[in-house]
Amino acid sequence: MGTQLDSAKSVFRLGLFRDFPTLMHYRDFGGYQALAKALAGSPEAVIGDIGAAGLRGRGGAAFPTAAKLQMVRDNPPGERYVICNADEGEPGTFKDRFIMTHIPFQLLEGMTIAAYAVGAAQGFIYIRHEYPEAQETMRRAIAAARAAGLLGGDILGSGFSFDIEIFSGAGSYLCGEETALLSSIEGKKGRPRLKPPYPTQSGLWGRPTLINNVETLANIPPIVDRGPDWYRALGTADSHGTKLISLSGDVVRRGLYEVPFGTTFREIIDNCGGGVRQGRLKAVNIGGASGVVVPPWELDCPLEYSACGQHGITIGSGAVFVMDDSRSILENVRNRVDFFLHESCGKCTPCREGLRQAGRIIHRLLAGNAVLADIDNLERYTRTMQNAAFCGLGQAAGNSLISSLKYFRGEYEAMCRDRGEAAPKEATA
Amino acid sequence: MTETITFSLNGQQVAVPAGLSILDAAALHGVRIPSLCHHPDQRVKANCRVCVVEVEGQKNLAASCATPVTAGMKVRTNSPRIRETVQTILELIFANHPQECLTCIRNGNCELRRLAADYGIREVKGEMATDALPLDTSTPSLVRDPNKCIKCGRCAEVCHHVQETGILYSHYRSVDVQVAPEYGKSLSDVACVLCGQCAAVCPVGAIHEKDDTALVWEALDDPAKHVVVQVAPAVRVSIAEEFGQAPGTIATGRLVSALRKLGFDRVFDTDFTADLTIMEEGHELLHRLQSGGALPLITSCSPGWVKYIEHSYPELLPHVSTCKSPQQMFGALAKTYYAGKAGIDPADIFVVSIMPCTAKKFESQRPEMNASGHQDVDAVLTTRELGRILKQAGVDFAALDDSVFDDPLGISTGAAAIFGVTGGVMEAALRTVYEVVTGQELESVEFTAVRGLQGIKEATVDLAGTPVKVAVAHGLGNARRIMDLVRAGLADYTFIEIMACPGGCIGGGGQPYGTTDTVRRQRIEATYRVDAGLALRKSHQNPAVAKLYAEFLRQPLSEISHHLLHTKYRNRSLYKLKG
Repeated sequence: MGTQLDSAKSVFRLGLFRDFPTLMHYRDFGGYQALAKALAGSPEAVIGDIGAAGLRGRGGAAFPTAAKLQMVRDNPPGERYVICNADEGEPGTFKDRFIMTHIPFQLLEGMTIAAYAVGAAQGFIYIRHEYPEAQETMRRAIAAARAAGLLGGDILGSGFSFDIEIFSGAGSYLCGEETALLSSIEGKKGRPRLKPPYPTQSGLWGRPTLINNVETLANIPPIVDRGPDWYRALGTADSHGTKLISLSGDVVRRGLYEVPFGTTFREIIDNCGGGVRQGRLKAVNIGGASGVVVPPWELDCPLEYSACGQHGITIGSGAVFVMDDSRSILENVRNRVDFFLHESCGKCTPCREGLRQAGRIIHRLLAGNAVLADIDNLERYTRTMQNAAFCGLGQAAGNSLISSLKYFRGEYEAMCRDRGEAAPKEATA
Repeated sequence: MTETITFSLNGQQVAVPAGLSILDAAALHGVRIPSLCHHPDQRVKANCRVCVVEVEGQKNLAASCATPVTAGMKVRTNSPRIRETVQTILELIFANHPQECLTCIRNGNCELRRLAADYGIREVKGEMATDALPLDTSTPSLVRDPNKCIKCGRCAEVCHHVQETGILYSHYRSVDVQVAPEYGKSLSDVACVLCGQCAAVCPVGAIHEKDDTALVWEALDDPAKHVVVQVAPAVRVSIAEEFGQAPGTIATGRLVSALRKLGFDRVFDTDFTADLTIMEEGHELLHRLQSGGALPLITSCSPGWVKYIEHSYPELLPHVSTCKSPQQMFGALAKTYYAGKAGIDPADIFVVSIMPCTAKKFESQRPEMNASGHQDVDAVLTTRELGRILKQAGVDFAALDDSVFDDPLGISTGAAAIFGVTGGVMEAALRTVYEVVTGQELESVEFTAVRGLQGIKEATVDLAGTPVKVAVAHGLGNARRIMDLVRAGLADYTFIEIMACPGGCIGGGGQPYGTTDTVRRQRIEATYRVDAGLALRKSHQNPAVAKLYAEFLRQPLSEISHHLLHTKYRNRSLYKLKG
């Protein structure tokens, strides 16, 4: 691994826990101090700390975590649930798996604190079945935490009870969408539900439910333990804390990196990844399959919600896939359209039929059978998906298409039979 | 009082009651937003996405069917962005839809085709990508063409959440999605009751009635056949809709004229055997009360309901009246009593039914329905098929004069007329049972407690000092709730009326397209007007029925009645449990 964040400035201390996912080891380095602290105070104080820290959801939507906790807490008394979304279906993303296999107790501690904050007694971790080692590690961690009185009845003698079950998903990408995930746990088809009502009001089995990504929940113990001021100091004025980056593609050192918000994408590629392996940097896919494709000149944009928003960059899950100039943009886009076409649930027309038509056009382009008018249609279908698809995944399925058309339209046009006089345009700044 | 809120609709401030969707709120102010999956009687699905609108402050377009209007909201329903999106979605659907509009059964009343016309779709710019899946023609009632399905989900919604039969599901994912019975089975292999509510709500031609018009033409064109027709009560208040008239138009007289013009040798009325059903079923009830038979007694007129209880509650079959439905009583009498009176060999008689119902096609083909020695009813046409066959014959329905049904199987009372609505069989039975038991004349014949669209209705009637509790349910979801009570021994009812379709037969699966609760109310209201307009309103007053007993059947529940008018049921449970 390349640069490793100093423990004092790290939420995850990835180096420390690389090979010892044991409870003893976790506690040796201060694990479960946060839970003790949280249980000694009020649930409101926990939500207050998380709000003051400015934690936002790390699954992709970046929703303020404290607001979500508060919404679940504000429901009338009664059963409610905490669900950890560990479906991690976004291609090129492996941060949640790393947390589960290396620092499982930090996730359990975070979930337990969240459950205390919202008043839940039962939690679920929804892990895709393609992660058997993560499921195994989490199961063992749950058993160890129970044995140590850190899960189950009367945790740490506080009177607060909470337990966690592992739910093995069948591997559908769409089940990472929170309402599809709920349906999946309920034994129904993994299709998204109408919102509102939001899961915070009517979630699992119609009960109020907190659903957060693995990384989000694992952020909670350090915030509670070291305090919101420490956490806020890690990032920028706009985006606080750190972000796990799954770096892959044509870089020297692929891997998982924790970087403070404010780091530029170029720094991530050069400092963490050691730069492009060979050839010239051509494009970077940020945010996974549902993210955007950007050219090198956009890489000085800092990893920060507002700046990325202005640049049209989706941070998403924090996947960064680097492409050198041996790669074809069109082939890359084809892979992603094929992926989404395979994973679409088929519920709504724009996603189901839009992806089918988009796929046909991309395949025609690559076969040299497309015409320029196809590109306009492709753009129109993509706009329709973004504008009108039922769920966030359908809306995001077109991100790579739209961004690649914006920056690399020349590559599309060059593949058209009727490109005529128009010389292919090189992507330039 | 509902709260009123104000929002901006295309730049104009408009006031609407709180709690409406944008789609419904816009409709109140003359803005029609296109939709395909939306159905006013169903829960919101938001699958098709053609109802999208712009809501200020939202990045993406909003599905207007699924988005509630809030005070101060700014909505646009017409902009270049919306038009492009709607046109594109329609184009995307067409690219997956067989371009067989000219030969499609929905030609002329297809909701997708209407949107294509409204939106001026002139070409499908995408690549045609249609499916080549096999048709399901396994039942006598319905044909499912999965290739035409646009995956709107209306059929599955009515099957799951209204009928609660759960036959049609959305299977697979992405472009492989199919709305179909489990594990690729055909409709005949599952517990489908063939009510046809799926067909009634399908916006396109993906599931529809099996068209038997050719069978009827063949009989009409055969000079050796004596072709008689019977018309169900619910058809007279709906057939005019097939010719553009408003729901609730009463067209009994014109319907008779139209059928004569088609060339039927006799035009009879199922209402006649509806009166007869009351005589038989009323006496069956009295017999069970007196001799300790299985109670509550449950009606058996609705073939979708009968098939449902055979599949789902076979242990309760002893409760079901052994009376055949009016359609089948008619068929048995047409080929015995009528054949004898007219001096015609029953082998030469061809009986056609005009029914609001797709399950009636199945019922007519049940193997036991041959008491006359022949198949009692030879062909069943739904109201929609009748509309088509009349158009083929060039019958100008609006210009017809009224005429009356033929004797003797065409004479009926108001009690029979209301068989077509939920609560009608119960009310008709009470009118007769009351007078038979008490020996007194019933002064007020209208039992309003069993009328209307409430899912389950209860009433208690005083029969000569004995209070008798009755219940009425329509729609199989409601039927199921009552059956669960009966099975658990928690129902203290004496008599239960069940009709498979919401609203009763007037809401049947074979009725003209566009049935909603509003339309159901209009047809129901018309039905009660038919009843109120008749001089005779009690089945036992029907002189033709009295004559039938005197000449042929002798008395209710006689041996010949049992042979011709009563039937047996079977356990159709697909998943037999031990014990």
